[in-house]
Amino acid sequence: MTRSGRQRLNTILIEIVLILVSFIFIMPLILAVTMSLQPPESVFSFPPKFFPTSFHWQNYVEAFHTVPFGRLLLNSAIVAAMITAGKIITGTLAGYAFANFKFFGKNFSFAFLFATLFLPAETVMIVPLFSLMKQFGWVNTYWALTIPFMASATNTFLLRQHFLTIPSSLEDSARIDGAGPMTYFIKILLPLSKAVIGGAVIINFVYSWNMYLWPLIITMEDKMKTVQIGVKMLIDAESANNWGIIMAGTLIAVLPTLIVFFTLQDLFVRSLVRSGIKE
Amino acid sequence: MRKLLPYILLIPTFVIIVMFIYFPAGTAFKMSFYKTSPFGNRMIYVGFRNFIQLFQNPDYLYSVRFTLIYVSFSVTITIFLAFILAFMLTRGVPGTRLYRTFLFAPYAVSPAIAGTLWTFLLNPVVGHVNYFFMQLFGVQVEWLTSKPYAFYALIFATVWKMLPFNMIFYIASIQDVSTDLVEAATLDGAGTMTKVWKIVFPLVSPITFYLVIMNIVMTMFSSFAIVDVMTRGGPGGYTTNMIYRLYLDAFAFQKRGPASAQSIVMFMIMIVITILYFNFAERRVHYQ
Repeated sequence: MTRSGRQRLNTILIEIVLILVSFIFIMPLILAVTMSLQPPESVFSFPPKFFPTSFHWQNYVEAFHTVPFGRLLLNSAIVAAMITAGKIITGTLAGYAFANFKFFGKNFSFAFLFATLFLPAETVMIVPLFSLMKQFGWVNTYWALTIPFMASATNTFLLRQHFLTIPSSLEDSARIDGAGPMTYFIKILLPLSKAVIGGAVIINFVYSWNMYLWPLIITMEDKMKTVQIGVKMLIDAESANNWGIIMAGTLIAVLPTLIVFFTLQDLFVRSLVRSGIKE
Repeated sequence: MRKLLPYILLIPTFVIIVMFIYFPAGTAFKMSFYKTSPFGNRMIYVGFRNFIQLFQNPDYLYSVRFTLIYVSFSVTITIFLAFILAFMLTRGVPGTRLYRTFLFAPYAVSPAIAGTLWTFLLNPVVGHVNYFFMQLFGVQVEWLTSKPYAFYALIFATVWKMLPFNMIFYIASIQDVSTDLVEAATLDGAGTMTKVWKIVFPLVSPITFYLVIMNIVMTMFSSFAIVDVMTRGGPGGYTTNMIYRLYLDAFAFQKRGPASAQSIVMFMIMIVITILYFNFAERRVHYQ
């Protein structure tokens, strides 16, 4: 076979594999959509339905009746927004300190922060963290759901790296013009970092929206739970396994992050690679 | 003022990490040497007894073994598949953008949702996977409630959830590999397989190392939601991994001392991983 012939064959093979694999990958989400639109009687049909025969929106209504999804969505939004805002504030401030200042103890404090890189408090330290929240009287509050996660090594590192790329001559000229360090930070540095901060917002929002273990243990009252826990509540409630309702609930919970993903895909992917934020 | 400013800027971050990471870590360390008296009103110092009991407890040892198997399987499969798919996605075949979007989508899906979706697909009665199995092999499998299928089911869901993260990083680093090298190899008559495994794969090995570390961390912890939704550690404790064991002991059985000892074990594992990571990261910076 000639080289170009072999190359064409390669391309075709790659094409086939990619079509198959991406089909398998997106399938669970597509089937969730079709299942969420089916009436209870066709959920149990065999062979299973791959396309909705009718649009049974009732499942979405019932999901909201079975589990207080309205409230849970609000909680998730509050929690994700608070954590994200907190992380951006602490991260930009600390990143600025590490990037633009020389100070006694800099190396030590840097190491002290970075030692926590792989220590997600929400998992490794759940037992003592839970006791601490009890002592604070924070169980079942937004404080417990958010404040412990408002600073992270990854965010600080990401922002520091970015601030380091901004030429110091800018800071010098700002100073000559009489701007103090905080004026420079707010008026010049932050506006220049919009893209990086935007990426960090998306990644942190998705991360905190998707938290599971910590909200599961720290919230006892239904009205304080998040949508991730709501999905589990729905599975428990639908013991008859009405998967139409469960899938409707699942889609309600996943919709915000999917919308963010599909509309801001490029920014999302670029920021992810730059920051390497873990889950 | 300028002298003080950096310290002021660091205060928010440090207050949070000291209060919510270092302090709890210290408490966990202390609690791991204590037992709570039966009425929960007194702490009794027991030295290393919690740890000794832990490593004599067959349930705990099982969870350690299971974690090891689960992590190594899902990480190996994910890395391997992610690399191959990333390589294919950088060949510039028509439709790449669409495939990429589809293959990335699970990244935005939470582990809990991933678990729910797969629970549904693997459902023995209504699930689509069993429909295919029925058509192809004439068998119906109780995926989530029988051994060893519950394990396979978890691996499926975990790989599906983790693959996009890895693929994103591989695509970025394969695109950085100079095309000259690959073209030179093509002219030398190297086959595709040789090019992939002898040239591209070694060149992206730094990212592979990074991804292996990240994946270990993710499967050790984020897997909690997947396990909780899909199998609840069952059938009969079969899929109980370390984090699920910790959760059960701490919050279902209220055994604070042993649970803290478990936290410390996980904490130690994370320290080893962190040291490995930093040693590696430092070396990479050196060679740049």
